[in-house]
Amino acid sequence: MLSYIARRLIAMPFLLLGVITVAFLLTHFTTADPLTSIIGERQMNNPAVVAAARERWGLDRSLPEQYVVYLKNLLSGDFGTSFRTRQPVAQDLLVRLPATLELVIAAMIIGTLFGIALGVIAARFQNRAPDNLARLVALFGSSIPVFWLGLVVLFIFSVQLGWLPGPGRIDSRMPAPPFVTGFYTIDTLLDGNWAAFRSVLAQMILPACVLGWTVTGIVSRMVRASMLDVLSQEYILAARAKGAGELRILLHHALRNAMLPTLTILGFSFAYLITGAILTETIFAWPGIGSYAVAAARGLDHPAIIGVTIVGGMAFLISNLVTDITYALVDPRVKIGARAAQ
Amino acid sequence: MSEVAGRRHQISLPQWATLPVVVGGFIVMAWIIIGLTVPLWAPYDPTMLAGRRFVPPGAEHWLGTDALGRDVFTRTLYGVRHSLPIAAAVIASAVVIGCTLGAIAGFVGGIVDEAIMRLVDVTLSFPAILLAMAVTAALGPGLANAAIAMIIVWWPIYARLMRAQVLAVREREHVEAAIASGATPSRVLFKHILPLCWSPIIVNATMDFGQVILLAASLSFIGLGAVPPTPEWGQMISDGALHFYRWWIAAGPGIAILTIVLGFNFLGDGLRDYLDPRSP
Repeated sequence: MLSYIARRLIAMPFLLLGVITVAFLLTHFTTADPLTSIIGERQMNNPAVVAAARERWGLDRSLPEQYVVYLKNLLSGDFGTSFRTRQPVAQDLLVRLPATLELVIAAMIIGTLFGIALGVIAARFQNRAPDNLARLVALFGSSIPVFWLGLVVLFIFSVQLGWLPGPGRIDSRMPAPPFVTGFYTIDTLLDGNWAAFRSVLAQMILPACVLGWTVTGIVSRMVRASMLDVLSQEYILAARAKGAGELRILLHHALRNAMLPTLTILGFSFAYLITGAILTETIFAWPGIGSYAVAAARGLDHPAIIGVTIVGGMAFLISNLVTDITYALVDPRVKIGARAAQ
Repeated sequence: MSEVAGRRHQISLPQWATLPVVVGGFIVMAWIIIGLTVPLWAPYDPTMLAGRRFVPPGAEHWLGTDALGRDVFTRTLYGVRHSLPIAAAVIASAVVIGCTLGAIAGFVGGIVDEAIMRLVDVTLSFPAILLAMAVTAALGPGLANAAIAMIIVWWPIYARLMRAQVLAVREREHVEAAIASGATPSRVLFKHILPLCWSPIIVNATMDFGQVILLAASLSFIGLGAVPPTPEWGQMISDGALHFYRWWIAAGPGIAILTIVLGFNFLGDGLRDYLDPRSP
């Protein structure tokens, strides 16, 4: 197992390099001049700027040399300048990161809680009505276009019923809380502003539920499978024989052990949430990395979209690595060879 | 061994025709028939601008009209003529490219295997939608470019699947027997290994059909796929988001995507239970 973990860790830098290489190739196969994707079209008429950018990104040199320059710039945190916001892409991403993290964490909590509950119920009533219902929920979860679901819940809960606020991170009449962590929930609390805190929470309910919904189904399927595994073991029979109550058997005896392999769903659902966040943020006008990516793609803002792609790829790789390693650590029986061959 | 495998491929109606397969198959068939015949019986023209704008759903326009006075119901039905062919083209290309490379990797092994699988690893390192967005943005918006981007995103999944299958089947005794009796490598691959590799590919392709339709709609929604006035579902929902209070504009295409993807998921889920009963 140690060799498995070591192998994964050694592969990591190469995969990161691969991600960067793909990004580099993408910037070079754009139909647009790579130069315009760095400095923006308006600056193209300024020979001084063009020459400086050529020099900086080595565009007058051969492709392999350009690649080295590109790597160097990336390593120093230079992703180029977005020509929509006119800010360095790295800075744009950093500013928007807390909003995305806050939404993703909230969605993860909602999604995994509902997913675990649904999975436990499905396993308890295997092949009966609740199980089929859970299966239906899981299938619906992966069938609804998340951007449409966002529109539907906004229309129902915000427009028709008026229970919850519309898009945005905080009531539009309130100022943003003073920046400390960038997490509005924490910053409003630190500020001692309860009205703002309540507004932030209310704003978060719909997008977090929509995003959480995308993982509920998958989580419930994984919990169901591992619950079924555990429930068929002898110690459960022993607990039953001792006269333990059904709820106690499910939650105390079974779920505890079933949770071990399910722990990895945190890393696993993260991957799905990155994908979902892109569209959810767009619908809910959530000023995070997802809506930034969409705005960049819409505006053909190449440096921004490439920057997001690199950062997204890295986040994805790291979460997969953590998932696989915890999986191997938590469940030593895992057949690493078989998993690696898949 | 091969006897068991052979029996699994015999199709007998009662066994595979489970409820999910029948329901899923019915939904998908219905959409295919709609796609093929809709120009013959659709009440309106999908791009005709003549009608009144923003008419709510009623007897005349079942799902109302959009910002340009086009019939939403007609456009929704026409949408399948874009979504299904694109999904079919993407899946077919991804399966052909992925399975070819995966089979080569698994059968040849060595440095070829390494090279192909590292390429697979890197491609799968990206969240699918991000890579698709970046590639489409690089190539320029449009349905054809979005399709190319989705093929780039999807082939590695099949390469990985196929390679694993080939590696597993290669170890079986009948392959050893074939090699011992002097079969050429290509005969071993095509006659003895590949015929036993298809069931997970078929299940995945069916499930992925729905996912490709979703991703294509997402790309169009973002503005990277279909361009107006194409009646494409993602594009229509994007229109609906602009005119948010006219809820009916996005309702039709949303339900269309939901039903067709659900249909493919039912079909794939049911087929998996039948072809590959041991998976969760």
